[in-house]
Parts: sequence; C-alpha cells; structure tokens
Amino acid sequence: MAKTGFTRRSLLKTGAAAAVASALPAPMIWAQEIKNITLRQFGTGVSNLNDVATRVKEDLGFTLEMTALDSDAVTQRAATQPDSFDIADIEYWICKKVWPTGNLQAMDTSKIANYDKIVGIFRSGKLTPESTIAQGTAPHSVGFVEGPGGTSFAKEETGWMTLIPTIYNADTLGIRPDLIGRPISSWTELLNPEFKGKASILDISSIGIMDMAMVCEAMGEITYGDKGNMTREEIDKTMAIFTEAKKNGQFRAFWKTFDESVNLMASGEVVIQSMWSPAITAVKSRGIPCVYQPLKEGYRSWGGGLGLSKSLTGMELDAAYEYINWYLSGWVGGYLMRQGYYSAVPETSKNFMSENEWGYWFEGKAATDVITSPTGDVLAQAGETRDGGSFYDRMGAVACWNAVMDENQYMVRKWNEFIAS
Amino acid sequence: MKHARETVIGWLQAAPLTLVLLGFLVAPIVTIFIVSFWQATEFSIIPAFSFENYEFLFGSPVTYKVFMATFRYAFLTWAFTLAIGFTVAYYLAFHIRSQTMQIALFLLCTIPFWTSNIIRMISWIPFLGRNGIANQTLMSWGVIDQPLEWLLYSDFSVILAFVHLYTLFMVVPIFNTMMRIDRNLLEAARDNGASGFQTLIHVIVPLTKPGIMIGTIFVLTLVMGDFITVRFMSGSQRANVGRLISNDISLLQYPSAAATAVVLLCTVLIVIGILLRFVNIRKEL
Repeated sequence: MAKTGFTRRSLLKTGAAAAVASALPAPMIWAQEIKNITLRQFGTGVSNLNDVATRVKEDLGFTLEMTALDSDAVTQRAATQPDSFDIADIEYWICKKVWPTGNLQAMDTSKIANYDKIVGIFRSGKLTPESTIAQGTAPHSVGFVEGPGGTSFAKEETGWMTLIPTIYNADTLGIRPDLIGRPISSWTELLNPEFKGKASILDISSIGIMDMAMVCEAMGEITYGDKGNMTREEIDKTMAIFTEAKKNGQFRAFWKTFDESVNLMASGEVVIQSMWSPAITAVKSRGIPCVYQPLKEGYRSWGGGLGLSKSLTGMELDAAYEYINWYLSGWVGGYLMRQGYYSAVPETSKNFMSENEWGYWFEGKAATDVITSPTGDVLAQAGETRDGGSFYDRMGAVACWNAVMDENQYMVRKWNEFIAS
Repeated sequence: MKHARETVIGWLQAAPLTLVLLGFLVAPIVTIFIVSFWQATEFSIIPAFSFENYEFLFGSPVTYKVFMATFRYAFLTWAFTLAIGFTVAYYLAFHIRSQTMQIALFLLCTIPFWTSNIIRMISWIPFLGRNGIANQTLMSWGVIDQPLEWLLYSDFSVILAFVHLYTLFMVVPIFNTMMRIDRNLLEAARDNGASGFQTLIHVIVPLTKPGIMIGTIFVLTLVMGDFITVRFMSGSQRANVGRLISNDISLLQYPSAAATAVVLLCTVLIVIGILLRFVNIRKEL
C-alpha cells in the first residue's frame, strides 16, 4: 500500500521543490533531475538485458532497473503489484489479462517519434496490405484503447496505445537434425511414434495449448474456429489426443524454463520439441547441431511491448516516453535482431547492424561473413542462411498468435489434468 | 499478591512466542482458509463466500489421483529413508566405539547438506540421463545394450531424489534416540541369552520408536509438501499435490490454490495425528 498521508517534512520538501521549479527555467531542472530518476522495469528474460540498462544510462542519463521473471510471474506482478514497477515489459496476450485491472496507462502515439514506422502487425494487424490476420491474440487487437482512461480495446488505431511494441518473433519446433536424419516439415511430427520418448512440449499452459493445437490441426484431427480462443469441446479433444500420446510414452519430459529446454535438446534426451529461438542459439553455441525448423502449417508467433504503470506522472512519465522513443530509435532493435528477434521498427535498427547482419537476419540472405551474437558467440558461418528465411517469409507465415482464451480457467484445469495423467 | 505477580510474569514470558506464532503461523493459515472460499478470475480476486473451489476439488478425479500419487511418493520415500536411516544410525550408535569417531562420521553424513537442495537434486539429471554416466557405464560393462529410459524423468528418479534429499532427516532423530538407550539394557539382553537379532527386535527397535516417529514426521511432511523435486525429476510428467498448488498460483488462481492447500494441510495433520497415537514422542522433546 502506498502511503498517502503528508508529514510536515515532506510538505516542506515538495513546497521547496515547487518554488525552485517555478523560479528556474525548466530545461535546467530536467538536465539535473533526470539523473536522479530511476525507472523500474520488469519483464521476461528475453528483453530485460543489462546491456540495455547500461546504454540507457549513457544515452539518456537516467537509471533503468531491470527485473527478469518468467511469463507467469510477470502476469502476476503486473496484475497484483502495480506500485512495484514503472514500466512493464509484457507480451500482448498478458496485456489482454492485465489491462482490465487498470494498472497500466495508455500512451499518446503523437509523442512517439517513430510511430509511423512501426511494423503493420502492431497497427492495422497486417504485415503487408495483402496479409491475412492470424488467429489468436493478434497484437493490434489489444494494442489500442479509445482514450487515455479507456478500459476496453479498440478495433483500430486510435492514437492511444496500450503497449509500445518492442520485440517479437515466430516460433516453431526445434529439432536435432543429426539425431533425426530426415527432413521434418510438419507439426504432426511431434506426435510421430518414431520419436517416442524423445519429444517434448513446454509446460506453460497458455503457450503449450497452442503448440498442441498446431499439431492436432496439422494431423487433420481437429479444425479449430480460432486456435487462440477454443471452445470447451475443442480443448477437450485436443487434450484427449495429447493425453493418449503422453500415456503411450511419447514425451520424455516437459519443460518450463529456457534452460531446461536447452539442456533437454543439448543432452539428446529430446530430438524434437517446442522451443524458443534463443534456446536454439544456445544449443548451437555448444557446437551441437540444432535447427529451428520451418513447418508448412506456419508459425506460432508472439510479441511483447512496453506498458507504462498507472502511477507514472510528471517527470518520470516524460522520462518513460524518452526511453520508449530511444528504444525504437534503433540501438536496441539492432541488438535484439542480432539475437534472432525482430524489432518493431526494423528500418531504424538497420543503422545499427552491418550489411552482412541485416542480410542474414532480416533479408534471409546467405551470410557473407561469420555471424556473431551481441555477446560474441559465433552463430553462423559465411554461406549459411537463417532457418525459415527472411522477415517477410517468417512473419508472413504466422498461423496463430499467443493468446489467452475466454475459457482460460477451464483450459488451465484441463492442463493440470493432462500433467497429472 | 505474590501469586498474581508470578502469573503476570508467566504470561509475559509466554507472550513473545505466542505473538510470533499468532503472527506468523496462525494468521497466515487463517488467511489461507478464508481465501479458499473466494473466487478468482485471471486478474482479480472476488471475496465472496462460495464452496465452488472445494466442489471442484472433490468433484475432480484428478484430485484423488494426485493425492494417491502423493501418498505413494510419501510411503515409498518413507520406507527407503527408514531402512537406510535406521541402518546408518545403528552403525553409528552401536558399532562405532569412540565418541570422536562417532561425531566425525556423523558430521560426514551432513556434509552433502551444506549445498542447496536444488543443486543436489539437479546433479542427478546428467547422471541418470539417456547419455548420462549411469547408462554409459552400464553399457560399457556390457550389462545393457540400450540406454535405460526409466532412469530419468520417471517415478524412479523422483523417489531416488527424495530418498537422497531426506534420509538425513531420518538418521538424525534415530541416532539421537539410540544414543540415549541405556547400554546396560543391551548387556542384560545378552546375559539373558538374546541373539543380536533378538536384541535388535525386542530392545533397540521399541526404544528407538520415538526417534523413528520424529523422522517419519519430517519425511512425510517434506515429501507431501514438495513440488519442485517432482517437477524436476519427473520432467514435469508426474504430479503431486504441491504441483497442483504451484500451477494454480502461477496462473493467479489463488483461491483454488488455497483450497487445495487447506485440504493438503488437513490430510497431513490427520496422518500425523494417527501416527502420534502409536508412539509418545513427548519424552524425546
């Protein structure tokens, strides 16, 4: 609980500060006081990078404190502890859960310098004017509200954004090509008895159910109205198929954290599983072959963004806008893209990447030289191309966005049954 | 007058502990109990009285299955830790003569417990894995041709980890009780013509019961409340009650988690209540 009472001392202090503020020209105050500002950001490990905090201090002068949590814990904190953060780095489907709590405030897009350059996925929902919008919680559908105090999501761009998109990617299955020894091209392979005892999916219900749905649909067993918002019947059918596979010993293990997925793959316990892009990178950097296999049914995609806490006001709020504008101005984008993610404003990131890197990561061209991660690990040799190809090939083949369903509670209970079965 | 003063002092002396227990034990449990009747959506908790959580809990076959699994883990772990713990304590108490040696060996037993639980547990994973040390060794000896799949991510690995983690909790109280056994009793048994085995069954085991019971309570409560060992060692493939609770918490279903916790707490209390009927542990405390 925030303390709301005034003590004599605090009243004197604010009074003095107000007197100083009105007596002196504003910019000077800004320059001095911004150094004292600390913004507290929390989010999942993917974009909570200490390098970003260091760079913010250099470029903007204020301090950014980062806390990395897993996606469940992130949701929990955003929903229940609004005073514990200034900036929430969350995924769009989390936003759908958290926004109704009123813990976040909408952002005025006119204050976002690069707003017009943000990729279409996050504005109209379409990557290119011809694209169709994938199933699930598509970012644009929870990206806008009617006004500063809006609590329900708007259908189109309104000038008030819930999250400023920062990072996104298309996920698929990871495989060990050396242990499989044949081409893999469909999601159905996850339940192929050939990989009995050597498959895995992730034990995060909201994402795991999507991967299951991709498999069931690819098998032709179920046709979903919307994989991101299943009916109870669809959930039951999906779980039945996977429960049977589990009982037959299809799965070696389920994983919940990034490290677990890396270890399962690197140790050879598992040869095919749901996986995240940097986990593939981590396996590869140990010298073990691992492919982020593009599949004909398409990708399961996700996106994250920065949301501002309701309690941010005044100078802190200005600093937060400054931070967001800086975030979209290219350096972070370049950093993230060199890890295999995509930036919301690719064209600004281009300035912070070499031509080789831009060609490899974004355009899907063969590398002309060694590709290294921002931390210096070698990820690809000259001549190699990125799994899945260019940005438009990958993001254009999204079948479904990570989502939270209306029947979420039912699904969670079914998921618990699945784990216990 | 003097009497009243003593009463006041007595109350004052008891007050700090009472307050600590009220604040940190009773209050949280009462809170959990109250919350267990509430309702929740993904983003809000509704403080309305309802039996829905309990209805779902007792109406779902998963609950019974998971409680059975929890009991099975608890029982098997108890059986193994008791067998190993008793043997180790017996050896330390009756076979090692010098006290220095006893203390040294006892400390040796505790050394692994200087590292974290999680680390001791996770270090089994590379050992038991498909290409792990155990399988490679067995294959190089020619005992098996194919790696044994059931070594890891199975009930076997879960129980192995439990036994490894909690045996010391059995050793310590049993050893403690054994050390208090009057050695004259053993001599008397021998003088009356009892064999070593008869002495064990008729003298040592009955006198060690309180220690066994304390160890049993430790092991049962630890295993029944655990969730992380089951998650890691079964590769999330198995569930016990703790995992149901932790899943609920991670999905913000606090009331449902609280209801499960209340049921688990009652179950454990009943089990311990029954155990205490058999043995009076008061004299050990």
